[in-house]
Amino acid sequence: MKARAFSYFRARTIDEALAAHAGAGDEARFIAGGQSLVPALALRLQAPTILIDINHVDELRGIRREGDRLRIGALTRHREMLTEPLIAEFAPLLRAAAPFVAHPAIRNRGTLGGSVALADPASEFPAMVLALDAEIEIAGPSGRRIVKADEFFIDLFETALAPGELLVAIRVPLFRSNQRIAFDELARRRGDYALVGCGMIATFDQHRIADIRIALFSVGNLPMRAISTEAALVGSRLDAERIAAAQTALGQDLAPAESDDVPAAMRMHLARVLLGRVLGRLGEAA
Amino acid sequence: MSGAPVELDDVDDAVRVRMVVNGRKVACDVAPRDTLVDVLRGPLELTGTHAGCEMGACGACLVQLDGCAVHACLMFAVQADGARIDTIEGLSASGVIADLQAEFHRRNALQCGFCTPGMLMTAHELLSQVARPGREAIRDALSGNFCRCTGYEAIVDSIAAVAEARAAKAAEGSSR
Repeated sequence: MKARAFSYFRARTIDEALAAHAGAGDEARFIAGGQSLVPALALRLQAPTILIDINHVDELRGIRREGDRLRIGALTRHREMLTEPLIAEFAPLLRAAAPFVAHPAIRNRGTLGGSVALADPASEFPAMVLALDAEIEIAGPSGRRIVKADEFFIDLFETALAPGELLVAIRVPLFRSNQRIAFDELARRRGDYALVGCGMIATFDQHRIADIRIALFSVGNLPMRAISTEAALVGSRLDAERIAAAQTALGQDLAPAESDDVPAAMRMHLARVLLGRVLGRLGEAA
Repeated sequence: MSGAPVELDDVDDAVRVRMVVNGRKVACDVAPRDTLVDVLRGPLELTGTHAGCEMGACGACLVQLDGCAVHACLMFAVQADGARIDTIEGLSASGVIADLQAEFHRRNALQCGFCTPGMLMTAHELLSQVARPGREAIRDALSGNFCRCTGYEAIVDSIAAVAEARAAKAAEGSSR
């Protein structure tokens, strides 16, 4: 349970971090909260020769309004999702998901940017970033770029981040008064990875759904949007009949794989039950 | 010395790390791959912090990093350079958890005691954030602390009792 030997560099700026990575090539890894990376190093699933610590890069901190978006610095800790007033006001879906992320001590150290960059398909925040139609701000050797969340998650632990690029911030549209959010997950024990999880944000026109984005996690190789389900809901009131139609439509969006501990049919069933529950809450949130 | 070749990939550079541990300034030379828990327990001889799963699941290694509970197995000691670390020894000496410790003792909230330092770290942080957490909130906070002896009931009882006692004391103080 000990990592391979590596050298350590504490970066103070984004440029310093990028330069250190460029100098070391494929053998370097950035470390933020380290709550997933350190176990991976201890188990020698990864063995970089240099660890570039970005915890002291001030440019990666802070939460602020920028036009019609909330810009959340990559180093924002999970705990801050629970305590920061700007998150509660403008990104309440992240606030709603945060209590489900691991345990308190992990939340004290783990970061939003790290969670999204890792793209664990069983994690809450990557899926919620997808539901929120977020923009991912990336810095790399050839400058800055923005990737939409819909294009960011590519496959199992694979994202649009190229080697040597650094996730800088997540930008989410500001929550509006005609919107509602809902979130829940099913897990064997609180704090465990979910068997299935679901979060959503809907824009209402009177009592009808004008727009809705639904994302699920622990249902495949990457966080997934439920596009057919969304389509089944747009233009409608959120009544029992419509929720049942959405649960049926979910079959077109998901195709969970068989696994040893959760059969595919069971996961699909749980996803439908959870979807119904979360849509019900969305209706109550009126 | 044997003549066996040394694999260069496993050679460590020593790095000087300075921290304030339990209010005392310390400096020690560590390898970058040494975790904080190993440095606390080894060179610093603070063995109250326990190394259990070494992957952030069991909570036996919790310490305070600049005032927040974190897993000492999930950070490298070199990352703590310049930080303030408080271990169970520091919290014990300062008396801030004396009532929790007494209540754990009174209610047999430990058998082997391996998990207790981590349990106390979590309980201390919870009660500093929420004055009177319900049993569900206490259980939720303890979800990252494994105890293989007690079944948790006595631990939850102890924390709930201390929360009540502290709240009663605060009410008494404010009514004067």
